[in-house]
Amino acid sequence: MSLEVLDLVVEIDGRRVVDGVSFDVPDGARLGLIGESGSGKSVTALAVLGLLPDGAVARGSIRWNGAELIGMPDRELARLRGDDIGIVFQEPRTALNPIRTVGRQIAESVRIHTGAGRREARLRAIEEATRVHLPDPETIIDKYPHQLSGGQRQRVAIAMALACRPRLLIADEPTTALDVTIQAEILNLLLSLVDEHGMSLMFITHDLAVLAQVATYGVVLDSGRVIEAAPVQALLTAPASPITQGLLRDATATLWRPEGGA
Amino acid sequence: MPRWLRLLWSNGTGRFGLIVMATVALVALVSLLWTPFDPLDADVRNRWAAPSWPHLLGTDGTGRDILSLIMAGTRTTVFVSAGAGIVATVVGIALAALGALTARWMRETVAVLVDILIAFPVLIIAMMISSVWGGSLWVVIWAVGIGFGVNIARVTRPELRRVQQSDFVLAGRASGLTASQNLVRHLLPNVAQVFIVQLSWSMAVAVLAEAGLSYLGFGASVTEPSWGILLADLQRYIGIHPLSVLWPGLAITVTVLALNLLGDALREATDPTLQHRMAEIRTPEVVA
Repeated sequence: MSLEVLDLVVEIDGRRVVDGVSFDVPDGARLGLIGESGSGKSVTALAVLGLLPDGAVARGSIRWNGAELIGMPDRELARLRGDDIGIVFQEPRTALNPIRTVGRQIAESVRIHTGAGRREARLRAIEEATRVHLPDPETIIDKYPHQLSGGQRQRVAIAMALACRPRLLIADEPTTALDVTIQAEILNLLLSLVDEHGMSLMFITHDLAVLAQVATYGVVLDSGRVIEAAPVQALLTAPASPITQGLLRDATATLWRPEGGA
Repeated sequence: MPRWLRLLWSNGTGRFGLIVMATVALVALVSLLWTPFDPLDADVRNRWAAPSWPHLLGTDGTGRDILSLIMAGTRTTVFVSAGAGIVATVVGIALAALGALTARWMRETVAVLVDILIAFPVLIIAMMISSVWGGSLWVVIWAVGIGFGVNIARVTRPELRRVQQSDFVLAGRASGLTASQNLVRHLLPNVAQVFIVQLSWSMAVAVLAEAGLSYLGFGASVTEPSWGILLADLQRYIGIHPLSVLWPGLAITVTVLALNLLGDALREATDPTLQHRMAEIRTPEVVA
């Protein structure tokens, strides 16, 4: 179960936002996509899921387990989403439906992909809530998103992404919107779950310090192009491009901050 | 009892709206089987009777029993209000969805179309329809349904567009929902609050419009029992028999009020974030 992206080009309303990106995520690997905002990393993630916004066109090749995802009918893609490939978004405030209980949202993909009934889905939701260490799972699944804290909501989002035990987890800056103290907790949770299930991970961030903790291999993007691709250790110790060197300077600043926690 | 119904009942205005509308529906059903008198039966010796036994609300100028007329008119009201509500829902949701969720050229075309249609008052639409098919209650249903459906679309479309761009809609797709499943599970429920208020208002206006259009001759025919026709009939004698005109007027007012209040209460009852805010206002507490 591997992801192979080859020469991916994405144009939104004629503007090239991803320009010939290639990388592999072999089974069980942890890959980091890193770059400033606007470098095309989130768009790359959405392209993998076939969820690009209106007016966007993707060319090149994205192969999941040998099957070509670009040009695949939406119905077939929908079968992979959530079941084979899960995603956690950046902003936990908006990633949950405000008028559905968190339990129903956690179990949504289970109901879609296994056809589980209400009762079974509820039990699964409690199980998944426990797995992401939400306090008091039996009662919290009947709450609405606005009754939860930011960190709790991101745990719900992780539970949603992992409910069907996908083979690949895409995490799009999952800690950026959180408090520094919560960031470390969420990162550790994510990593332990990825380990436990032997999933592949594609982690998107702008922070090299975070990347160093989660990924073994890093791909540096700038203006939609791959600038540098190397093991994370190499990026940290011997950054080849000025872009990576800049990211390293910013990251070092975070690492040196006393409350950096991580 | 589902949570929203419990909340609706615990709210004073919601309970009022619910009781009145249930009564209206019940009276409409009962009137199919029984009314105190035949509503079209003229008792010529008993014209302009004051409210008394056996004519509880009195009689009109031809000796018809006003209570029976109002009861029979309830059928017309329920029929028109529900019919207009259904048409307005279909027109409103279809236009809003086309105007918010499709390709850009389609969205812009629909937006212009809605702006054009909104310039037509319900009365003009009713006149256009009735000039082709003649006056009937269906004219009222289609005119109000289309006129207010466009209004619903105008208000719901930007809301739908806003919701469509939120992350949780994307997350729904990422969980494996197809576009149409996502519309039903995540998009439409999130515009329901706006939609409910608009719909209850449209249905209330349908009650008024039936009265007005029937009065003008585009709606119910004179032989059909209708609050609007009755009101038009009786108000000509308002100087001589002011009390009799009160009853159909009261029926219309209370029903319209109840529909509006019910809509507002329903919106509150189905919005979990609103309840939470209101609970906080009532009893300040620390939410961990």
